[in-house]
Amino acid sequence: MFVARSIAADHKDLIHDVSYDFHGRRMATCSSDQSVKVWDKSESGEWLCTASWKTHSGSVWRVTWAHPEFGQVLASCSFDRTAAVWEEIVGESNDKQRGLSHWIKRTTLVDSRTSVTDVKFAPKHMGLMLTTCSADGVVRIYEAPDVMNLSQWSLQHEISCKLSCSCISWNPSSSRAHPSMFAVGSDDSNIASGGKVQIYEYNENTRKYGKVETLMTVTDAVHDIAFAPNLGRSFHVLAIATKDVRIFKLAPMRKESSSTGPSKFEVQIVAQFDNHNSQVWRVSWNITSTLLASSGDDGCVRLWKGKKLVHLQQEHRRLPSVGNRLQCSDRFLIFLRWVHD
Amino acid sequence: MEEVDVEPTITNIPALRRGKHMGFAWGQGNIFVYETLFKATGATGSGSPFIHEVRKDEDIYSPILRKLFNESHHIFVGLQTIREDLPSKNKKPQFVSISKNYRSVIRACMEELQQVAVSTKNAEMSVQYGNQVSILLAIELIWNLCEVLFIDAAPAGSLLLHLLDWVRLHKADVDEKARDVLQSDSPAEHRDYWDVVVSYVLQGRLDEARQMLGKKATLTPAANNIYKMMDNLLSKMPFYNPGGTQTLTEFDVKWRHWHEEVDRCLQDNSFASNQHLEVICKILLGDEDTLLEHKDLLGTWYHFLVSRLLFCHPTVKPTELHYYAQSCMTMFLDSRSAPEPLDSILLAAFEFDIHQVIKDCSIALNNWWFVAHLTDLLDHCKLLQSHNLHFGSNLREFLLLEYASGLFTHHSLWQLAVDYFDHCLEFGRVYLELQIERVPLDTERKALKVLRICEQRQMSEQVRSICKIMAMRALRNNRLGSALSWSIRAKDAAFATLISERFLQDYCAKGTFSDLDLIDNLGPAMLLSDRLTFLGKYREFHKLYGEKRFKEAAKLLLSLMTAKIAPRSFWMTLLTDALPLLEQKEVIFSADQTYELMFCLEELTSSLNTPSSDSDKSMQEEDVELTKVELLRLALSRNLAMAIVKEGTVET
Repeated sequence: MFVARSIAADHKDLIHDVSYDFHGRRMATCSSDQSVKVWDKSESGEWLCTASWKTHSGSVWRVTWAHPEFGQVLASCSFDRTAAVWEEIVGESNDKQRGLSHWIKRTTLVDSRTSVTDVKFAPKHMGLMLTTCSADGVVRIYEAPDVMNLSQWSLQHEISCKLSCSCISWNPSSSRAHPSMFAVGSDDSNIASGGKVQIYEYNENTRKYGKVETLMTVTDAVHDIAFAPNLGRSFHVLAIATKDVRIFKLAPMRKESSSTGPSKFEVQIVAQFDNHNSQVWRVSWNITSTLLASSGDDGCVRLWKGKKLVHLQQEHRRLPSVGNRLQCSDRFLIFLRWVHD
Repeated sequence: MEEVDVEPTITNIPALRRGKHMGFAWGQGNIFVYETLFKATGATGSGSPFIHEVRKDEDIYSPILRKLFNESHHIFVGLQTIREDLPSKNKKPQFVSISKNYRSVIRACMEELQQVAVSTKNAEMSVQYGNQVSILLAIELIWNLCEVLFIDAAPAGSLLLHLLDWVRLHKADVDEKARDVLQSDSPAEHRDYWDVVVSYVLQGRLDEARQMLGKKATLTPAANNIYKMMDNLLSKMPFYNPGGTQTLTEFDVKWRHWHEEVDRCLQDNSFASNQHLEVICKILLGDEDTLLEHKDLLGTWYHFLVSRLLFCHPTVKPTELHYYAQSCMTMFLDSRSAPEPLDSILLAAFEFDIHQVIKDCSIALNNWWFVAHLTDLLDHCKLLQSHNLHFGSNLREFLLLEYASGLFTHHSLWQLAVDYFDHCLEFGRVYLELQIERVPLDTERKALKVLRICEQRQMSEQVRSICKIMAMRALRNNRLGSALSWSIRAKDAAFATLISERFLQDYCAKGTFSDLDLIDNLGPAMLLSDRLTFLGKYREFHKLYGEKRFKEAAKLLLSLMTAKIAPRSFWMTLLTDALPLLEQKEVIFSADQTYELMFCLEELTSSLNTPSSDSDKSMQEEDVELTKVELLRLALSRNLAMAIVKEGTVET
């Protein structure tokens, strides 16, 4: 790996999040300077800032892109207790010439009474839905029923998680076999308050999200979680950033066909890495979930590659023969780390 | 609980301050990192000056290596089509030729790189090209050895001949030196003369060695005898001929006789008067110490190995190789210097440990091209299964997926990756689905290209999504025609309705339709949404009208209302369209049709008259509306009168 280029970000305060759009041609950054910037990749591969505007009246924690099927849409969340949805307007021709784009605020979601800590769009097969979670422990799911009118968002679900929420992740699986599912993590540092990762699933009958699992073994503060792309597997893989990096496998147990109750899962930890030595703050999978990246207190970003993980199902079946010759790229990692001048 | 194969590579990121965190975001084939602080809530600090883009595969961006990717892709696809049902004996020559094709692509790239490395004026680039050349050299060296040992699987006798070819190909500096010597004024006096002779002997190129020796012999007639004797020994050295009638045992007997003869010459001190010839004599006897004294000419331990086999064990069996390889490596390398990755890889090959070769290459090369293609070829040769029944096919697929995923990050190479994914039965399709929808759809042409790939593979969800993205983009840019055709492809009824609505609004405002071609040729696609059907039919009405096919036009217009195809909001427009038809000299709407039109008008006006609906309309607008209704009523009743008269006349 090598540093291909460095981009002068020009934010006046800490950057909190960088988010790539679906095709990797655009990038959004957000900062404690209360602004969001949008960057576009030019033909020559340079990143040019095409929009920069004040979005909130507090630090902006996260910024995220909607799927391009819904147009050019961003969502941001902030310390100012709100989340906002932004849409790019195809501008005047002279704006285009100057390489600028216009973003206008379509809605401000003001239901939270505390800092909104994470914002995520739901998988696109569910429609245009936006989820927020907040420090007061509430997950909110909003829906834009008319994708051509992004100023109309209705609050569809309000789920109280009882613990201060720090992060959410949707299960990207669009398989009919899997009901819509998301995981929420809590940064509550009190071990006594129990498991810090809760899994919720949509129940067709009650038309509500119900808690189906709490990962009881994760009792330390959780800072980030990420479901892996599904790859057509029957089970789900969830990465967690807590005092270490953990990867869980959630295998739905076979249900009685008549049963309408919540799904049950066989939960299994498949990896645990303490190489960051202390708190881990972010985890994220690449497109095909062959690499997991994590960032921690050691100032490193570490990339994890697990052949075992990717092929977990097969390996499980053939367990007796695992672990001899084939260690090829079994698990190797690549560090990125700071150089201190 | 987790063990790590190798120490990870560390990439340093230039930054300023200690005690900060590094944030990151995944891109495609790259990762963005930036300085941040995750801990504090509502944290403020000084700004983060830079975002760094970190890339994985730099090879992909080299224009010369791109040729390697392109050409090996053809070979790969060809290999996949070799029929499974052929007996493996018949397939072997094909596999060997495919292996050679791969190697010749590597060689071609290497030569091209070598040229630019020399010709470039940029010192940094020159070093970079030089590095790439040495990597390709190593790759070709390993591949060639794997070809000899695993794919060709030469038996005893032929094995040594192949190994000799291998060494000759990769230790070509002898030829350069020989050229220098021969081109000098007096070759036999050249300071490299003996080096060349000895190098030839070490590589078993005895004819060339004899020619060289001949030059010295003519210079020194006094010593003619011993030169003749050496020439005789060299000319008599037997080489196994795999195509001949001689058996390996017969060859072995013959070789031993020759060996004894050489030994006798040494014992007789026949060459005592010429130390160079004596050295050659000792080499012919395979004397280890003498061989090791020529480390600089041998260059590598594996050359030493092959020379030693040539003069000691010409009938070496594949299964014995590992023993000699190990001992040659130990003897050749200083006890101080540890073997380099290349040494271990070659040694593993001599040990016939294919998986170790692949594993070590994956780690050492940081380049999936080589391991992916070699493993695929070895898998086709059915060599992986015999070693490891459970993971054979998976290892191949794992490496191919890695390689192809890397290609997908490149703006044009991604198209090659599609074929690789197609030939990965287990996860290829899922990978392709995940990767292909991320290909940037910069232009309609590119979108169509991506779409075709998805359609050929029945990837309906990706097809739908791409069309939807394109439709949305076209709509945002007010290209209604393009938006409509994309949403028809996406079979997105809601979106088609929305766009049809826009078309009709535009028509109402401007009185003309845009994108006539598209609307005229909707065909069955029209049925996707009611509004689209109406749009298509309404346009058809205009066409009939324009062609003066008034009867048909009138019938269609009426049916649009009576069959409830037209939205109520559009009825007034339709009725207004009927006006010119009603005003024609000839009767066009029959009496029955006129009644129906009147009924439609009444239905519309009665609903319009509900006060709430148009309370916000201005008085003026209302006046216009009223006048229109009055005009219509007048025209309708006049037409009715004419129609009754006409119909009455015809009937009688």
